[in-house]
Amino acid sequence: MKCLETACLKDISTAIRMSEEKRKHIVGMLVKDEPGVLAKISGLFTRRGFNIDTIVVGKTNLKGISHIVISLQGDERTIEQLDKQVAKLEDVVKLADFKEEESIVREHCLLKINSAESIQKLEKACKKHNASILHTNHKFAIVELVEEPEKIDAFVQEMAAFGIKELSRSGINALKKE
Amino acid sequence: MWKALQEQGVKHSFGLTGGSVIPLFDEYFKDNCGIRHIPVRHEQGAAHAADGYARASGKPGVCIATSGPGATNLVTGIMTAFMDSSPIVALGGQVPTSLIGNDAFQESDMIGITFPITKHNYQVRSPNRVRAIVQKAFNLASSGRPGPVYIDLPKDALAGKVEKEESLESMNGKKNQTAGFEELKKAAELLLNAERPVLLIGGGVILANASKEAEELALKYNIPVTTTLMGKSAFPETHPLSLGMLGMHGRKAANYAMVNSDVVFAVGCRFNDRITGKLQTFLQNATLIHTDVDAAEINKNVKSQLSLRGDAKQVLKEVLKIAEKITARKSNEWSEKMKKLAKECECNINLSSNPIDPRKVIFEINKAIKEEDIVTTGVGQHQMFAAHFLKRTKPRTFISSGGAGTMGFGFPAAIGAKLAKPESEVLNIDGDGSFGMVVQELGTCKAESIKVTPVIFNNSYLGMVRQWIELFYEKRYSAVCLGASPDFAKLAEAYCVKGITVERHSEIQPALQQALKNDETTVLNVLIAQESNIVPMFAAGTSINEMFGDCVPKGYFNGD
Repeated sequence: MKCLETACLKDISTAIRMSEEKRKHIVGMLVKDEPGVLAKISGLFTRRGFNIDTIVVGKTNLKGISHIVISLQGDERTIEQLDKQVAKLEDVVKLADFKEEESIVREHCLLKINSAESIQKLEKACKKHNASILHTNHKFAIVELVEEPEKIDAFVQEMAAFGIKELSRSGINALKKE
Repeated sequence: MWKALQEQGVKHSFGLTGGSVIPLFDEYFKDNCGIRHIPVRHEQGAAHAADGYARASGKPGVCIATSGPGATNLVTGIMTAFMDSSPIVALGGQVPTSLIGNDAFQESDMIGITFPITKHNYQVRSPNRVRAIVQKAFNLASSGRPGPVYIDLPKDALAGKVEKEESLESMNGKKNQTAGFEELKKAAELLLNAERPVLLIGGGVILANASKEAEELALKYNIPVTTTLMGKSAFPETHPLSLGMLGMHGRKAANYAMVNSDVVFAVGCRFNDRITGKLQTFLQNATLIHTDVDAAEINKNVKSQLSLRGDAKQVLKEVLKIAEKITARKSNEWSEKMKKLAKECECNINLSSNPIDPRKVIFEINKAIKEEDIVTTGVGQHQMFAAHFLKRTKPRTFISSGGAGTMGFGFPAAIGAKLAKPESEVLNIDGDGSFGMVVQELGTCKAESIKVTPVIFNNSYLGMVRQWIELFYEKRYSAVCLGASPDFAKLAEAYCVKGITVERHSEIQPALQQALKNDETTVLNVLIAQESNIVPMFAAGTSINEMFGDCVPKGYFNGD
C-alpha cells in the first residue's frame, strides 16, 4: 500500500468517519450458558447507552453454549463500540454481524385477530402472506407468521383492519448464509 | 482456597473477616500456605491495598471481605482498579447456597453489583470448583488488558470437602491480536518521517512493562515524550525530551505539542476527557497512531488514522525493529524547540513563603526521595501538584487513582505498595480530605508493623472543588470547607504511630528526613496555604492549549 502520506491517511479516515445516521444492526453471539449471562449482556447494553430493539436467546447444538441475537438501531460509532465491548465479555465466545445480504433473518409473530366479521376474508388475507391460522372460535382467531421483520410489519398493518386483540413478536433471529 | 492462591504465586492478601468467611480464615489458621494476610480496618482499604500492591509489583493483588456490607465495601476499590486496569482478585464471602435469594442476613447480590466494574466475576457453587476458578480468575486479571476479577464464595463452598476436583481448563482465553507487519511498518514510517512527532505514553506502557522500549524509541529517534497521569514514571521525567504530563493540569509543553504535532504515536492510553479537552481542537494537525491492547479503546474517544492493536511491549519492539531499516528525518528543529519549551515550563518551586506553598512541599519531596522509592497519592489538588511537579524516573514508582478519581486511595495503596516493595520507601502524598476517609488504616500500619509515610497537604478544604468554585462559581463556597480538621499528628499518636506537624517551609525537609529515618509510620501534617490553586490548567470543555496560570511560557506558537 502506497498510502503513506498524512493527507492520504486522513482522507481514508474522513471517509470512514462515522456518519451520524442510524442504521439497523443485528448482532449474534455464542455465549456460555452460565447463570446471569443474559443479565450481563443486557446490563452492558444499558450501561453504555445502547438501546435494544429485540433480543432472542436459545439453546444451540453445542453443549453449554447458547445463541443470542440482538437487534438495535445505532450510528456507526455506537455499533463499533458495542461490538468491541461485547466481544470483551468473558462469557461471549463468538460474535457475528448479521448483515442483511449475508444472512437469513426471521421473526416469529402470533396475533389474536377479531374474526367475528368474516373468517373467509381473514383466511384470504393470511394466505396472501403465508400466515397460518392456528386456532379459531366464534370471537377471534390466532394467527402465526414467520417472516422477515419488515414483512411482518406489513402483515400486522393489514391485520389491523380486522382488529388486533393481542400481538406477540419473538424478536429477530438470524443465521449466516455461508 | 489458600493452597489455590499459593499456586498462583500469592504472597500477601488484604482483608477483613466476618461471618461468612470464618471457614476461610479457619483454614488459614491451620495452614496459611506461606501467605501473609493483612487484616485491615475497613474493606475499602483492603481493595486499595491490593490495587497498590498490584501497581507496585505488576502481580495481581488479593483482597478478601465477608458477605453483604463487607463485600459492598470493596466496591469502590474494585471500581478504582477497573478504571485504571489494575489486576486484582477480590474474594467476597456469600451466604450458603441454600439461602441465596432469600434476603438472608448479610446477603447481597455481589455478582450483580460487581459485574459492571470487573472484567468478569464467578460464583463458586461447589468446593470442587474452587481451584479451577481461582486459576481462571488470576489468569483473567493479569492477561490482555488487566483488571479486577471478583469471586463470590458461598459459605458452604468454602467449608465443604473437596470430593472430585473440577479439572483445570487449559486457558483458551481470548488471544491478544497484534497488528500486522504492514501496519507496523506504516507506523514506523509515519513516525520516523514526521517533522513534529510526539510519543504519548499511557498507563498501558507501565502495565505491559514496556517502559524500556518506549524510552529506546524516543531517545533513538529524538522524539519528545509526554505521559498521561497513568503513564507517569514510564519515561524518566528528568530527561530533556520529557515534556511532562499532558492534560488539564499538565504542562504547556505537552499540551502544545499535542496541538502542533504532525504525528502522535499514542501507546496504551484511552484519551480521557481530562487529557483531550475540547475534542475538536485536540490533535487538530496530527495523524494519530493509536496502540492499545483493548480493541474497544481504539476510536472510542478519539479517531485514529492508524491503529495498532496489541500489547504495548510487543508493538514497540516490532516498531523498533522495523525502524532500523528506515532512514529517519534529519531535522532536530522540532525536538530542540520542544526541549527548550519543556525547560521553560520548569518554573521555580523552591518557594520560601509562609504559610507553605504546596509546590514547595513537592520541591522538598523531590529532594528527599530516591529514584526507586514509591509515591502514592489521594485525589485532588495535592495529586495534581504531585503529578505536575514531582519528578519520577522509574516505572511503577508513581501510583495514583486516575480514571476513578477515588479519594482515600493513596494511603491504603501505599500499604499495599510497601508490602510489594519492602526495600523501597513509600510516600503517600495526600490531602486532608482524602486521608480523612481512610485514616483508620493507621491501625493496620501499627498492628502489622508496616512503615509508610503519609504527607498530608492540609488546607482544611476539599481543595480541588474549592478551586473550581473559586474559578467557575464566583467563590460561592458551598459545602467545601472541612472546618476544623483533626490534628493529624496527634491522631497518628493516638494510633500509636508517629506524627509531626509542619507549619513553616523551613521545617519540611527536616520533617521528611525524620519520617524517612523512623522505622515506623510517621504522618506529616503539613499545613499549607489554604487557598492556593493548582495551575496551570485549562477549563473543562475548552481547548488544551488554552492554559492559564503560572508556568505557561509564551511566544512559542502562533497566537500565544
